Amino acid sequence: MDKKLIVALLAVVVLVMAGPGQGWPQKAPIRIGFLAPVTGGGAAVGKDMTSGFTMYLEEIGNQIAGRKVEVIVEDTQGDPSQALTKLRKLVDSDKVLVLAGAFLASEGYALAPKIDEYQIPTLFPVVSADDLTQRKPVKWLVRTGWTSSQPNQPFGEYVAKTLGYKKVVTIAMDYAFGWEQVGGFQRTFEEAGGQIVQKLWPPLGTTDFGPFLAQIKRDADAVFGVMVAASALRFPKQYQDAGLKARLPIIGGGTTFDEFVLPSLGDEAIGAITPLIYSAAIDTPVNKRFVKEYKTKYGKIPSYYSETCYTVARWINEGAKAVGGNVEDREKFLAALKRVEIPDAPRGPVKLDARGSPIQNIYVRKVEKKDGELWNTVIHTFPAVSQFWKYKPEEFLKQPVYNRNYPACKYC
Amino acid sequence: MRLDLFSGERWVVPAIVFLLLAISPPFLSSFLLTLLTQALIYAILAMSLDIILGYTGLASLGHAAYLGLGAYSVGILTTRYAVGFSVALAAGVLMAVVVAAIFGLVALRATGVYFLMITLALGMVVWGLAHRWVTMTQGDNGISAISRPDLGLPWSLALSIPFYYFALAGFLVSFWILRAIVRSPFGQTLVGIRESESRMRTLGYHVWLHKYIGFVIAGGFGGFAGVLWAYYNGFVSPVDLQLATSVEVLLMVALGGRGTLLGPALGAGIIVFLKNLVSVYTHRWLLILGAVYIATIVYAPEGLLGAVRQWAQRARSNPSRSEA
Repeated sequence: MDKKLIVALLAVVVLVMAGPGQGWPQKAPIRIGFLAPVTGGGAAVGKDMTSGFTMYLEEIGNQIAGRKVEVIVEDTQGDPSQALTKLRKLVDSDKVLVLAGAFLASEGYALAPKIDEYQIPTLFPVVSADDLTQRKPVKWLVRTGWTSSQPNQPFGEYVAKTLGYKKVVTIAMDYAFGWEQVGGFQRTFEEAGGQIVQKLWPPLGTTDFGPFLAQIKRDADAVFGVMVAASALRFPKQYQDAGLKARLPIIGGGTTFDEFVLPSLGDEAIGAITPLIYSAAIDTPVNKRFVKEYKTKYGKIPSYYSETCYTVARWINEGAKAVGGNVEDREKFLAALKRVEIPDAPRGPVKLDARGSPIQNIYVRKVEKKDGELWNTVIHTFPAVSQFWKYKPEEFLKQPVYNRNYPACKYC
Repeated sequence: MRLDLFSGERWVVPAIVFLLLAISPPFLSSFLLTLLTQALIYAILAMSLDIILGYTGLASLGHAAYLGLGAYSVGILTTRYAVGFSVALAAGVLMAVVVAAIFGLVALRATGVYFLMITLALGMVVWGLAHRWVTMTQGDNGISAISRPDLGLPWSLALSIPFYYFALAGFLVSFWILRAIVRSPFGQTLVGIRESESRMRTLGYHVWLHKYIGFVIAGGFGGFAGVLWAYYNGFVSPVDLQLATSVEVLLMVALGGRGTLLGPALGAGIIVFLKNLVSVYTHRWLLILGAVYIATIVYAPEGLLGAVRQWAQRARSNPSRSEA
């Protein structure tokens, strides 16, 4: 923890002791509340998130529109009720003017009604639950990250047309994120002529995939895997050990092989093709500088959690500058945040659609080994992809949200 | 036979505690007030667990299930059918009672570590249902936007001070009823069963039935805590009834003092405040929480209230230990 953060935390302590009823005069520091899983199962993700976020603020000298910035990081433990408690603390006691962060979909859904109740501009750089910007929109929410199905809708088409796979087995973690990832992929893959021939759903927290790997239909062309964090660390090795890698190429959701797990994987990951909104290997000067400086500072390659939280800090900066630093005018500040466009984020150009979800590039990435390190080489870029892909939003929203049984498995 | 610490004329301590709780809101920041509200709700849950853990001597690792049943009943009924408070309350408590009545039939066949394992498994069944019955529970995403009840009072419960008094009222009612139960002949029988099951059986008590009723009562109050929890958070998800929550409640009881009612309430308060306030100062707050647990087990195995009681007994050097 750096000194500024400690100072900010001490300020909180004084404030808590001073009790309620603090009013902040103009030109006082801009207080930002940042929610991340600092302890618990998501702690490593929380580290990447806070690293990215503070890195940007340090780059701008912790000054936004002539006002000092104070960040208060609060630990959600990846627990939605804890996230709610911390939200209350940040808004009621710390009087933060803007909120960012949160990790899991359940945290997002828990926070959503309270954000509107408190009328506090909130940015989600990571929470990707589709419906937060689709069927259950939230007025005070600005999502700068992604939706779970967003990368997979173009990818489904790519797999059918470019990779030429016709029959695919899906194996995904059995919760909303997995369902939405598989759903997006299945819809466009089947519309482009492919067939999902089997859907397997290992429960969240599965460490032994043996029973599931044994069931995989061997006459398929490829396996589409959606794993997150701890399961992503184990799955590729077990997939290889089961003798499947040589017979069925592995493709999947972006988190299965993202930069968060890649350094811990071995050669078993090589050749995997996955789509995501970011790859540390994106070949632009902006991204190269970002990766280099992040590595110098934190000793590792940035993951998409680092990038999205780095960019969300910039998003707040741009939004606050647009209202001349007067973030106390919440309605205006919120409107400004929704208008922000970043043409040169490390992940590429980002802007929001009418529902407050990003339109951004989707990168199809292939795991390759360079100088003894694994990288997600970009093999294809879909520019400016929206959460609705090429469907009309109104028609898209008439469908139910992707779930375990939608789209149905017609070819199973 | 061990007696309730605050029996007889010693009602003074709880009275002072409740008075302090009743007049505290104007002196607290709204965040501390929400923490206190949270502590009161967890106190109900911890006290209900203590009926089986402290008074009957059966350690359960599935108590979060009742919290979840109460909370999910409220969540599903208010978001889907917009039912009022009384219906949601009745449904939540009834749901927990019914499930406890079924689980009791299974779990009470065993004691000790086997009882622990069966309750753990049953708790996981409820967790699994919350997690997987997506059409009903919305699975992992949880049920959000549960609105606070309208009791027809002049104060809206959406505000934190009225809701605090609402939770305080719930806590007082629970405390009162549970106290009456543990001090009744029935409650004394439970303590007797804890001390020596075979002796109680020889004396002609229907041991199993007493345990069963205690188990169901504990479940019902757990469900009541769940009802309040759903209204408090406006949200319920499988995380609320996972194993970690059950363990946390168990630790609240152990920390405060088994076999008392104020003890678990105190434990709930300490853990809620430690969890939320220490984490403001340091991200290593889990270490501190762990140290507190270890210190309790080493220096106050009977819990904080147990330690105070021993100290008080020694100070008064009162040789008579039992008045029953």
